[in-house]
Amino acid sequence: MQELMLAKAKELLQNGTVNRVLGWQAGEFVYDITPAVFESEQDLDAGFVYNEFCGNNLSKYLIKESRKEGKVLAFLKPCDTYSFNQLIKEHRIIRENVYVIGVPCEGKTDGETLKSKGVKGILGAKSEGDELIIDTLYGEQRLSKRDALTARCLTCKSKKHVVYDELLGEEGEEVPENHRFEEVEKLEAMTPDERFAFWRGELSRCIRCNACRNVCPACSCEKCVFDNPASGISQKAAADSFEENMFHIIRAFHVAGRCTDCGECSRVCPQNIPLHLLNRKFIKDIDAFYGEYQAGEDTESRAPLTNFTYDDVEPSIVYKGGKK
Amino acid sequence: MQDVNQFKPKIVAFCCNWCSYAGADLAGTNRLQYPADVKIIRVPCSCRVNPMFILRAFQRGADGVILCGCHPGDCHYTTGNYYARRRMTLLFSMLDYLGIEKQRTRVEWVSAAEGAKFAATMNEFVAAVTQLGPNKRLEDLRCKN
Repeated sequence: MQELMLAKAKELLQNGTVNRVLGWQAGEFVYDITPAVFESEQDLDAGFVYNEFCGNNLSKYLIKESRKEGKVLAFLKPCDTYSFNQLIKEHRIIRENVYVIGVPCEGKTDGETLKSKGVKGILGAKSEGDELIIDTLYGEQRLSKRDALTARCLTCKSKKHVVYDELLGEEGEEVPENHRFEEVEKLEAMTPDERFAFWRGELSRCIRCNACRNVCPACSCEKCVFDNPASGISQKAAADSFEENMFHIIRAFHVAGRCTDCGECSRVCPQNIPLHLLNRKFIKDIDAFYGEYQAGEDTESRAPLTNFTYDDVEPSIVYKGGKK
Repeated sequence: MQDVNQFKPKIVAFCCNWCSYAGADLAGTNRLQYPADVKIIRVPCSCRVNPMFILRAFQRGADGVILCGCHPGDCHYTTGNYYARRRMTLLFSMLDYLGIEKQRTRVEWVSAAEGAKFAATMNEFVAAVTQLGPNKRLEDLRCKN
């Protein structure tokens, strides 16, 4: 796939369709993937990769890239295309300036996940059916995908691109049986005290590095409520439990109805806080209260929070119980 | 004599200017009793209330927060309370999900003619929050007096 993508990128650079390419670049280790913009064929040859570690969602970078001169080629995985569509809907990306090539994704892994399974000295990985073959310093290792993939890929909602100009490889299909709300249901089944203890345990680890906000395609406001330019110092390091709660509740609320559930927030969290569980709760509630809605599926429909019907459920449903 | 150590909750009530605030006024002119623990904040419309306002109120020491607006369909701005309804449903559900007692937050629709409903709602809400005790789960110790 990587060769195919390289050839395609070079072809489009040569014939002038695009003047730069947004893709993934290997870092010091094979699993340290960084998003990068390549401007020439030499750049592409030197750094471009696409492998089992390329989990980064590239859509957010297109907000800035699509405002530059010329057209940019973007390689998007199925889940990235949802974010892309959502940003088009919010008029954040200029569609004409982006040439989207959909690339297939069989689920991604990352260094952390593999290391937690005891794999050391990782040199590379490739997917083969239900297994991931990992090339290491100590020889080849095989792991089932269930063990090797990141948690968000195990609950993948769709392997089908919702938007593209061109497609490489075979188009996948939506995954209706994705069980992505199972963790949320587990939490809902707990008592309030247990839930409170659970979230305190998770959120108290937050160091307010803002990585979740900075990587989130939905969190793309020019000015953020959590930044205070007048303060003189950057607004970091939550002072107490209230601020930890506040930051995450409000951040989740701001992306409610716009979150495509790409899972980047949890991927980048250095403290491994399961932040996607907050967003998924909103998605689940919206589905239950206002009908099934998948952000980014199209570019026209109204978002649930900018819409209403006359017979919406009353907020009392929360304290009186009822359908969740 | 009243016990000075008895817990008196602080309740913040966001009331929309057109219905609930007038409803509170009517409760007053009708000499209907409701606890003085309720602090009313007047807002132009129930949809003026940002989810952050609710959290801020808790941060600054509120033990319960109630939002009152016009009945759905009666909004002065035609549709404001419909948006507020969706927002608050989701926010309260999220607070419940985080383990914050769900009895501490409420939305009630009170029209300008419903002074009695306003007083009754407040009496009931204050009683519910008094039973829960002080808000410990969403408090900011720096803001405690």
